[in-house]
Amino acid sequence: MNTIDHHWQRFTLKQKLSRYAVYLVIVMAFVQSIQSVEVIPEFLLDAPEQMADMFSRMWPMDFAYYPTAVHDAMVETLNIATLGTLITLIFAIPLALMNASNIVSSVWCHWISRFFLVSSRSVNSLVWALLFVSIFGPGVIAGVLAIAFRSIGFVGKLLGEALEEVNMGSIEALKATGASWLSILLKGYWPQVLPAFFSIVLFRWDINVRESAVLGLVGAGGIGVVLDDSMNLFQWDRVAVSLLAIFVIVILAEILVVNVRKRLI
Amino acid sequence: MAGLNSTRLHSTKDRENPFKHNWFVSALWLLVVCYVVYSFDAMDLSWGRIHSGLGHASDLLARMVPPNFSRWSLLLSGLIESLEIAVISSICGIFISLFLGLFAARNLMPGWVSTPVRTLIALCRTFHPVIIAILFVKSVGFGALAGILTLIVASIGFIAKLFAEAIEEISLKQVEAIRATGAGFTSIILFSVMPQVFARFIGFSTYQLDSNLRNSTMVGIVGAGGLGGTLFSAFQRFDYDFVAAILIVIIALIMFGEFLSNIVRRIFR
Repeated sequence: MNTIDHHWQRFTLKQKLSRYAVYLVIVMAFVQSIQSVEVIPEFLLDAPEQMADMFSRMWPMDFAYYPTAVHDAMVETLNIATLGTLITLIFAIPLALMNASNIVSSVWCHWISRFFLVSSRSVNSLVWALLFVSIFGPGVIAGVLAIAFRSIGFVGKLLGEALEEVNMGSIEALKATGASWLSILLKGYWPQVLPAFFSIVLFRWDINVRESAVLGLVGAGGIGVVLDDSMNLFQWDRVAVSLLAIFVIVILAEILVVNVRKRLI
Repeated sequence: MAGLNSTRLHSTKDRENPFKHNWFVSALWLLVVCYVVYSFDAMDLSWGRIHSGLGHASDLLARMVPPNFSRWSLLLSGLIESLEIAVISSICGIFISLFLGLFAARNLMPGWVSTPVRTLIALCRTFHPVIIAILFVKSVGFGALAGILTLIVASIGFIAKLFAEAIEEISLKQVEAIRATGAGFTSIILFSVMPQVFARFIGFSTYQLDSNLRNSTMVGIVGAGGLGGTLFSAFQRFDYDFVAAILIVIIALIMFGEFLSNIVRRIFR
């Protein structure tokens, strides 16, 4: 026994204890939540039956409804997503530049930009939509701005990180020639972050197509309005058509993004 | 790097200009500009409307300040319900994803297992959580249960996919080593697959807890429980100072969630 008395351990005692503490907290939180959350068990038992009922009402779908209302709403949804993504860039690019520590060295600038980026991300796009609906009234403009303001945090944060990973060699070379800050940005940073920029924007556009489909539920335009109307009237066959349209658009957007990414990057 | 071979290096004349004009990219930008003009036209957006909106915005902000915390008991009950929804759905969702992710990994499972599981996961991801929430609200009624089920579906769509991808990237040498000792399937998973992917799995899970916290404050807008319902009704009653209070609480909740998930991530690093 004396020859092999060292015992191999993967984790130290402190690591083990803290891990067990996390597990314990998770279990306690789970038990506490299960006990106090107001779930009516009869509803849960009833769920499969109710769902089957709902799907049976959805079938057969009312395809005649597609050209009359769904198509225009779908185009509107795509417009909201695209224009929202483009407007995001107006705000996100300056914030990303302010957030990158190798471009702006002022700590104050970092805190200001981080504040805007975090608050943009913390507020859900539906909540942004509610805010803009109460400002501009129901309609597309609220949807576009909701998408734009929701995306600022995402695009700004990722773009800022891409800017920080830039190879500083070419920047220093440009500085040494006495280039102005604008040409340093355009000829030094921009070519290096170009692939990251397009991939971030495409990724966000893909997400925005999904998000813009639900904005209509709070009155911000797009397919959601059609969905909400037909749901309030219990026209489930029409709901099914709208859902199918969203499904197809989301899949098409994803295929498009994957192919463009392959081409560009 | 074009232009770096020896013959070209000496002749300065045909050295490639790295900043030369790219007509394709310019055409793309032109297309984007055309699109913006078209969509502004198609959606009836005008500067006049934006201008009048800015007036409304200052009104709204004036009514939001100061935030009104006098109905704190309503706020607190909504907050607790949101938290409960997030906790239950994250734990159930992560637990289910653990298995679904394993079954969806193409390097561990035969095609007839992984393909249907992958389709299921993709289906969970296609629809926005709010749409799923609507369907659940219609089928299981208003309240927290619909929210929990929605966020479980959303969690599966996200974690199971990333988890399956993480498993597909592992080194199979350790799997072979364990298999060579004659270990059964469970032991192979526990001792060769899990140690390689566990850290990343924790990363995905904490991220999902974060986003479930965010989404649990939103599913209430369509009646699936939590703070979102309180928020939506405050909006409809034009109680903008109460709305401001709710928004502050939501942002605080999300920051707290981020702080918590950072701690968990540090412990499991």
